[in-house]
Amino acid sequence: MQEKVLYAMSALFDTPDAIIQAAESVQKAGYKKFDVNTPYPVHGMDNAMKLKPSTLGYFAFIIGIFGAIMAVAGMGYLTGVDYPNVMGGKPFFALPAFIPITFEVTVLSASVATVVIMIAFFFKLPNNSHPVHNTEYMKNVSDDKFGVLVEAKDAMFDAAKVEDLFRSLGASRIIPIYYDLEDIRTVGNIFRPKFVLFLAIVVFVSAGLTYGVLNRLLFIPPFTWMVYQPRVNAQQKSNMFADGSGMRNPVDGTVARGWMPYRYSGKPDEAGLNLVNPLIPNTHTLDLGKKNFDVYCSPCHGYLAKGDSRLRGQFPNPPTLHSDKVRNWTDGRIYAVITDGQNSMPSYSRLVSPSDRWAVILYIRELQRALNAKQEDLK
Amino acid sequence: MSVDVLHEPSVIEGRPTFHEINEHITKPTEVRPDRKYMIALAITSSLLALGATCMIITHWYGIGMWGNNNPVGWAFDIVNFVFWIGIGHAGTLISAILFLFRQKWRTGIARFAEGMTIFAVMTAGIFPLMHVGRPWLDGWLFPYPNQNKLWVNFTSPLLWDVFAVSTYFTVSAIFWYMGLVPDFASMRDRATVKFKKVIYSIFSLGWRHSNRHWQHYEMMYLILAGFATPLVLSVHTIVSFDFAVSILPGWHTTIFPPYFVAGAVFSGFAMVQNVLIFVRKIFNFEHIITLDTLEKMNKIMLATGMMVGYAYGMEFFIAWYSGSPMEMFVFVNRAFGNYAWAYWIMVSCNVIFPQFFWSRKIRRTIPLMFIIGVFVNVGMWFERFVIIVSSLSRDFLPSSWAYYTPTFYDIGILLGSFGLFFTLVLLFIKTLPVVSIAEVKAVIHGSQPTHKGGNH
Ligand code: HEC
Repeated sequence: MQEKVLYAMSALFDTPDAIIQAAESVQKAGYKKFDVNTPYPVHGMDNAMKLKPSTLGYFAFIIGIFGAIMAVAGMGYLTGVDYPNVMGGKPFFALPAFIPITFEVTVLSASVATVVIMIAFFFKLPNNSHPVHNTEYMKNVSDDKFGVLVEAKDAMFDAAKVEDLFRSLGASRIIPIYYDLEDIRTVGNIFRPKFVLFLAIVVFVSAGLTYGVLNRLLFIPPFTWMVYQPRVNAQQKSNMFADGSGMRNPVDGTVARGWMPYRYSGKPDEAGLNLVNPLIPNTHTLDLGKKNFDVYCSPCHGYLAKGDSRLRGQFPNPPTLHSDKVRNWTDGRIYAVITDGQNSMPSYSRLVSPSDRWAVILYIRELQRALNAKQEDLK
Repeated sequence: MSVDVLHEPSVIEGRPTFHEINEHITKPTEVRPDRKYMIALAITSSLLALGATCMIITHWYGIGMWGNNNPVGWAFDIVNFVFWIGIGHAGTLISAILFLFRQKWRTGIARFAEGMTIFAVMTAGIFPLMHVGRPWLDGWLFPYPNQNKLWVNFTSPLLWDVFAVSTYFTVSAIFWYMGLVPDFASMRDRATVKFKKVIYSIFSLGWRHSNRHWQHYEMMYLILAGFATPLVLSVHTIVSFDFAVSILPGWHTTIFPPYFVAGAVFSGFAMVQNVLIFVRKIFNFEHIITLDTLEKMNKIMLATGMMVGYAYGMEFFIAWYSGSPMEMFVFVNRAFGNYAWAYWIMVSCNVIFPQFFWSRKIRRTIPLMFIIGVFVNVGMWFERFVIIVSSLSRDFLPSSWAYYTPTFYDIGILLGSFGLFFTLVLLFIKTLPVVSIAEVKAVIHGSQPTHKGGNH
């Protein structure tokens, strides 16, 4: 049987005046590790105990400012850089519209942080195994008595002297407080079976819930009703129309936007005479032309249009596009080749839109000029 | 009669001892619920069950179960949301703003009012979450890196609302809980049943009533009150932005933020007053929640009621002064159009009835003030109804005008929201100290040192 270990000597007083006086005397006697426990905050006690003013406010201030900066920076980044989208004609960095959220985030972060910092770092709570718990002393101070205690750890501590001091102050009761031996033995040991079991349950329950909700629950009705709603999807059968098809053909003669019918089919020379390139060369159109050329034409014609196919003989190599013939062709004539194809070259009218075709031609002109640069081009 | 101006009368009547306060306030949580309580709980929980059924059906079939349709896309759902958020505001006003103004009379009612704030915000939160149509995707309201690579629209008042309401709820809950911690500790030390003791120990975080803690605790309380004060003003301001930032005549006005905040406090005080009248009677808290306190609350209702009345008048003036035919039409339509009945219910309940509070006698007669409080709540609910529904039902295009009528489900959910709120209030009364023990002890007679012979 181990001996009891003393934590502190404590005394109870009946009135707020008495406790203030007691706190002052204990403080004056030079004790450092002492505390006063009262059922409610007694005015003037901080002064009597000579406590420094609380620094909690600085933490609230710093974290509040931090929250505000994070909110503005975060919103600026998300709406301006990561996902730029014009909303309501506002600029990407719409500071006035950010104010409400910035304010809320400031308040939220500062209040949560103040409370968490206070509990965890100022108070070192939660702590239900402190020696004063479950003592007569605690029961009284949380009801109607005012208590003061001097810890045995104090450098000047001497149980008899402390008791004398308390008695001279008129304490109504003097109670020694001992450590709970069980607590001393288990302090700092996080591998207690109960605790490990608790953690395991938390892990299983939260993992199970997350899995169940995200992978199971959301795939049963009514959560799936948006997906399986009564409607006709493209290519589906429908009894609504006589032909049994869910889709309708456009009215005869319908012309899709930007897809005017090509009038010079099989008449490349006429096309060469009549068609004019509507685009002018600039960085945008040349860039567009290069992209389309590299994707659609370069496999056969080569990146520089020299006829150096990358198809390794699996398709007849086309002639170079730097021949005098092609250089002297009008843009419309080349357009005719792309649109109709020529001999073994297939038509590209389905893959490359009209305006992209004109852009490709501008790019071909650029390539031709680059390989046959005239004197003035070099300036 | 001579009045000692230096000694304001104690806010707690009689001279209870600290121990009596402890006994008295924790008593409701320690005795078995009586018959009256069970009957009350039966009523509120059946309302709740009705609301829950209507909600489940709405979830299953979709919000087509409601009366909302073009052009009235916002109706009971948003009306109830704004109403309940407003109810919550009185709690924060009492606990934070009156704390900053050092109004000691708040101690008796602060805890209770804060609790009501939390329950009201919870009730309110249900409505927008349901209103989105697919409530299981509500997580998308919050900005988090998701597989859709999408972010929410930070410049929309609706998103501001998400932030405002969730911040408000969190901060109120923390504020409330921090106030409860010392009381949990007192209850822990009173508890005789092991089970109760464990629960109170967990929630008290091992609070030791230490003055080294009280010091920071009081600082924290001040800081939180300082944050909660602008927060509560911001919440209803932002709620009003949902309307004011739109271009709909009748919504698009700059008076909305202050007008909404005043209205929120108005209805919130009416609700707190109504509930407190029952609580003080049933649990014999008459000396803690005194008649003086109720009278002060009635005065606040009188003041905020007149602010609301001023806003009603000013809206009409601005509509005329703006010269915009749309604006003018909307307001004439409000008073004399298809929803005139709702408008006049609102005006009489919110502006006319509270005028009775000019009489001291009525301010101090419990049945009368109760009735006026009920009227105020009815009126404030109709205020939101008038603003939302009457403006929407006749907007710019006469061809799309329509008259909104709620369905059974709308009304069921409204009743259910009252059921939820009052069920939570009843459970709260039976499980937690409805009056702050530590705060009341600190304000009763003889609780603070006289500093006789001290160094002050
Ligand atoms: C499948 C390989 C292939 C692709 C891809 C291809 N071509 Fe051709 N192209 C040819 C062949 C082969 C010829 C030679 C046809 C012939 O024998 O007249 C040719 C001929 C031409 C000619 C005429 C040259 C001349 O001297 O008669 C032009 C102009 C031309 N292609 C442009 C293009 C453009 C622009 C593209 C991209 C849209 C393109 N081609 C894509 C294979 C291709």
